[in-house]
Amino acid sequence: MAWTREQMAARAARELEDGFYVNLGIGIPTLVSNYIPEGMSVQLQSENGMLGMGPFPYEGEEDPDLINAGKQTITALPTTSYFSSADSFGMIRGGHIDLSILGAMQVAQNGDLANWMIPGKMVKGMGGAMDLVAGVKRVVVVMEHVARAKDGTESAKLLASCDLPLTGTQVVDLVITDLGVFTIDKKGSGGMRLIELADGVTEDEIRAKTDAHFTTALG
Amino acid sequence: MKKVYPDPTAALSGLLRDGMTIMAGGFGLCGIPDELIEAIRASGVTGLTVISNNAGIDGVGLGKLLETRQVARMISSYVGENKEFARQYLGGELAIEFNPQGTLAERIRAGGAGIPAFFTKTGVGTSVAEGKELREFDGETYVMERGLFADLAIVHAWTGDTEGNLVYRKTARNFNPMMATAAAVTVAQVEHLVEPGAIDPDHIHTPGIFVSRILHVPVREKRIEQRTVRPRRAPETGEAAAAGGGAI
Repeated sequence: MAWTREQMAARAARELEDGFYVNLGIGIPTLVSNYIPEGMSVQLQSENGMLGMGPFPYEGEEDPDLINAGKQTITALPTTSYFSSADSFGMIRGGHIDLSILGAMQVAQNGDLANWMIPGKMVKGMGGAMDLVAGVKRVVVVMEHVARAKDGTESAKLLASCDLPLTGTQVVDLVITDLGVFTIDKKGSGGMRLIELADGVTEDEIRAKTDAHFTTALG
Repeated sequence: MKKVYPDPTAALSGLLRDGMTIMAGGFGLCGIPDELIEAIRASGVTGLTVISNNAGIDGVGLGKLLETRQVARMISSYVGENKEFARQYLGGELAIEFNPQGTLAERIRAGGAGIPAFFTKTGVGTSVAEGKELREFDGETYVMERGLFADLAIVHAWTGDTEGNLVYRKTARNFNPMMATAAAVTVAQVEHLVEPGAIDPDHIHTPGIFVSRILHVPVREKRIEQRTVRPRRAPETGEAAAAGGGAI
């Protein structure tokens, strides 16, 4: 039994620490906010220009001037501050954000990340992804272990090297998939290491669905 | 010198010409100078280079200038919400230069501050860095990015005074403050127009020196791109209970 999206988000939430400033990407990373342990102070950053992001508003209380980076209506908290997008990316680029949790199309064993463009398809743009992976202290990827095409064929997303255009080179520290968790020694020579298996998943299954070279250090 | 103009057409009179470069503030549909965009559309000016984080959505915001094919080139970070944009881009009618969002914000900030170029880690080793100068500082590789300066900036603010001092509201601030500094002429659309002294000088986000013209467009209904809400009754399970920093 692989992990569900909710279980992946809950696992990603274990990377949070008290006092952290965190940027969450769209999709499964957004769900991580539901698993912030009670009593832990975590401030969420929205790269359009807000720190201290609150939950969605109650119906009828939506404010068009208050949106997150996914353009969704949100609310403020007593800790909230607003600032320009230049200040926001100053925070990101300047290494002031502790953790970025985001999705990916491909991750390579050296920490290279591809998540913004598929050649031949309409390119929407990278938004803030390149800035986040270049500037945030620690980068955690949460994604499905394999890509599934419309005809049902599966292809590996954890690769020896990415073949899609890169978002950043040697930027990923940790990968959480529906099958397990991997660390990446992005600046050193330690490579990729499998450290956890999802419930009921075997190392053999992961090896069969992974093109990246990795060692195993199951706790 | 009087900075306040009575209507959008007057606020842009004498400023528009074919082939010019325009910065347009806003993130998605949040904090966009929509009346000024409308006036640019009505002017019929074409061949524009538009610098804006996004391209609006079909028929709204900058989407209106795409409909009329007035835009030749865009410098943006994300344009995913616009079908007309995709159609023109794939048809070769519209050029796009994608910038990482933070690089775009900083290019504009730098341009307004008289800084012709800067070095950033963002995009090193990706297609963004192709053809650009790389340099090593303290053992890390950085790519050189150029400052941006436009012929015209159109921005949106919550409150402005007749001197051009501006205050933004919540996340409608986004790219507006930098763009206000980075053009030969900046025209601001404000929801509230007040007399000098009505804004606490300590609370001004954009000093009036950066703003040449002001247009008062009173508050009215604004479009929301992604309306997301939560139920009023507190959920019983912990899942959506939004502990700590809160759910989004």
